[in-house]
Amino acid sequence: MAVEVRIPTILRTYTGGEKAVHAEGANLGGLIDDLESHHPGLRERLIESGDLRRFVNVYINDEDVRFMGGLEAPLADGDQVVVLPAVAGG
Amino acid sequence: MLSIDRATYDGIVAHAKRDHPDEACGVVAGPEGSDRPERLVEMVNAAGSPTFYEFDSTEMLALYREMWDRDEEPVVIYHSHTATEAYPSRTDIGLASEPGAHYVLVSTREHGNNAGPVEFRSYSIVDGVVTEEEVTVVDPDPHSIPDPHSIPDPDSTPNPDSRSVT
Repeated sequence: MAVEVRIPTILRTYTGGEKAVHAEGANLGGLIDDLESHHPGLRERLIESGDLRRFVNVYINDEDVRFMGGLEAPLADGDQVVVLPAVAGG
Repeated sequence: MLSIDRATYDGIVAHAKRDHPDEACGVVAGPEGSDRPERLVEMVNAAGSPTFYEFDSTEMLALYREMWDRDEEPVVIYHSHTATEAYPSRTDIGLASEPGAHYVLVSTREHGNNAGPVEFRSYSIVDGVVTEEEVTVVDPDPHSIPDPHSIPDPDSTPNPDSRSVT
């Protein structure tokens, strides 16, 4: 199950500069495990204490995964995942 | 150095004044790699707070998709501080995720919603290191605006096209 994952500028050090990579997984958690196996270090930038980091937005087909079960959000072949660090501050 | 045109500068200041006492936020997009802030996009502060800002996640994705389609990037990311100086807070530094962007801070603490000068400062924030940079506001080229009443004066010195505000 190939899923395209759009990588933000700040995380492209983990993907050798690639803007988008392909990975596999039945759900978002599985996809991130697969990403980690090819791009070590990426998982820690996305997950903290077993959940998605508060200031990282992840979308599956344009929908924020927070409304789709987070790491449990299901994936299908051909889905597109976008990762965007939140733009936020004080 | 950040070079920004007068209309965009004024637009950011007007947004910050309008949203005071809450923090205002947005981006100025420009062609990828150009370092030219050209297209002001005001964003909703999903936090709706005088001490915090966060782009709404859905609006943010729409903005990034639009920028990708147009081969643009966020050249400027701006937000206001409404009670403190125009310097990145610890949270701003910790969450900064666009190392190539100019982070613009506007402080509305002096005049709030009213007319009057604001602090307008720009920084790069890379790996937690803040570096302030000069801001140059570029006024429209007087020669590009035809003025039917102007009388050419061969002795006049041309106006400088830009003025530094730091």
